[in-house]
Amino acid sequence: MVEPPGVDHDGALGLTRRRRSVPIRTGGPGALVARRLVLLPVLAGVVTLVMFLLAQRSPFDPVLAVLGERALTLDGPTLEAMRARLEDTSAVQQWLTWWGNALTGDLGYSTSQRTSVGTVLAQRLPWTIGLVSASLLVSIPLGVALGGWAGTHPGSLVDRVIGPGMLSVQAAPPFWLGLVAVWVFAVTLGWLPTGGATSPQASGVELLDVLRHAVLPVLVLALAHLPWFVLVVRDATRDALAGAPVHAAWARGIPRRRLLRSHAVRPALLPLVTVLGVRVPELITGAVLVETVFSWPGIASATVDSALRLDFALLAALTVLTTVLVVLGNLAADLAYRLVDPRVGQRDG
Amino acid sequence: MLAVCLLVLLVLVLDLGQAGERADFGRAYLPPSLDHPFGTDHAGRDLLGRSLSGARVSLLVGLVAAAVSSIVGVVVGAVAGMAAGRGGGWLDAALMRLVDAVNALPHLVLGIVIVALLGPSLSSVVISVALTHWTTTARLVRAELLALERAGFVEAAVGAGANRWWVLRQHLLAHVLGRVLLASVLMVPHAIMHESALSFLGLGLPDDRASLGTIIEQSRSAVLAGHWWPAVLPGLLLVALSLLVFTVAERLRPESRGRA
Repeated sequence: MVEPPGVDHDGALGLTRRRRSVPIRTGGPGALVARRLVLLPVLAGVVTLVMFLLAQRSPFDPVLAVLGERALTLDGPTLEAMRARLEDTSAVQQWLTWWGNALTGDLGYSTSQRTSVGTVLAQRLPWTIGLVSASLLVSIPLGVALGGWAGTHPGSLVDRVIGPGMLSVQAAPPFWLGLVAVWVFAVTLGWLPTGGATSPQASGVELLDVLRHAVLPVLVLALAHLPWFVLVVRDATRDALAGAPVHAAWARGIPRRRLLRSHAVRPALLPLVTVLGVRVPELITGAVLVETVFSWPGIASATVDSALRLDFALLAALTVLTTVLVVLGNLAADLAYRLVDPRVGQRDG
Repeated sequence: MLAVCLLVLLVLVLDLGQAGERADFGRAYLPPSLDHPFGTDHAGRDLLGRSLSGARVSLLVGLVAAAVSSIVGVVVGAVAGMAAGRGGGWLDAALMRLVDAVNALPHLVLGIVIVALLGPSLSSVVISVALTHWTTTARLVRAELLALERAGFVEAAVGAGANRWWVLRQHLLAHVLGRVLLASVLMVPHAIMHESALSFLGLGLPDDRASLGTIIEQSRSAVLAGHWWPAVLPGLLLVALSLLVFTVAERLRPESRGRA
């Protein structure tokens, strides 16, 4: 049978488990934060610059993209003039203008959502944050329970089933899991709505109505993330069980239950924290796919919309936003690591 | 086991013809039967034939994207590794910061941006996967090179007057190649996932070169109408394909040899 991979291999299904390099350079958490916060604007700047450069070589017509249907009411010479004006400005110049506006709070106008980019973010971000945090609230406790059980009961049924099982879940794309869930629970059983966040007949946003709509997206997203948490906790628990502290505690006669809880499962929460921070890109990927399947009105599905409709202003803002989230996630993981394991960051080298 | 997996993959890669491409709207959404084991889709096309050719497209995209990103990774890693020990420390540091930076990008969002701006096509999908996935290989190659630098036979070759490119070709790359190959194979399922996600979002391959992601995307309205097979069966094939490639990679892993 397939031996499920350990934490420190390169990942299952090639979804690379980036090995956390322990920060070797010394300096307190302040220095770490400072280094990352310097990286952040540089990274955001470079990514957007590449976007503007790519946009200039791309086959789409920026004038039509900006005007949309209004282009139909304008005559040829006017369009030509606008095109000429755009072509005159270099990508770098456009990029500088974009940042100049962005820093003063003007992110531009979203052609696909027909409102300002700032409004789109304000309206849609809460839906995504709600969806992702609810799914984490389901998948983390479940992952710790399953992984902890499998790790502390090697050879048990749970342990033997969990490896191949989680591998299969990992091999299933989240959008497909979503479709299957829609077919089973919404179409066939009719228990839950097929998509959206509110019913058409509901008057505005009603809590119960939204919760009913949220069940399937939250559970599918939680299932998609579950394998990582389970495998990480299981492997870390297994490692901890083989370590000296557990043997010492065992020798001291500490009750089995407490031994497992505080000496085996607890140390496993450390890699979990790290995995969570490092996996922000995958959290975003999952959110994009699940929001699209369920027509969830969040920011992630707007990313796809903006790409399909060449809504450059929104796409640029969302790229910067997701990049910032990934960098902050990595930073949070490193800081949490220092908090839990004081040895990190005190090494010389 | 490895042989069986490789055989199945080989059969998939070989052309299976354009079975099931003929549209016949009178036969739309036929449930699975002996004639059509996977049923038919909205245009009455045989879904088994379509799924198999879709799996072939997915696999090919995965292989090409993995190969391209491995090549980029090897070049960057080799340059960084060679520069590090020879007064090119700044180059090494710059390249490794670049690796950090690419790792700090949301891959799917970047893929969406690239495909949106270059226009959906086979090559934009390959580019978007390759550009975001070369970093693991680059790190691997660099680390291996730095470790090999101190190996006795390399010092001997240098001492005997061999020039650096000769040593690189004859000794270093030969050692690194095995691990790079394994990393590339492990990259294939990831690339397949990435491609199918882009195709599912409508940013991947067009209908005439449908991959499994495209086929599943087209099944969304079918699912809402209560037809399960256009979504479930091609999806299962996608899961099987990923597991298959992953199993091959696991078997190739040195530490798992002899355990089979």
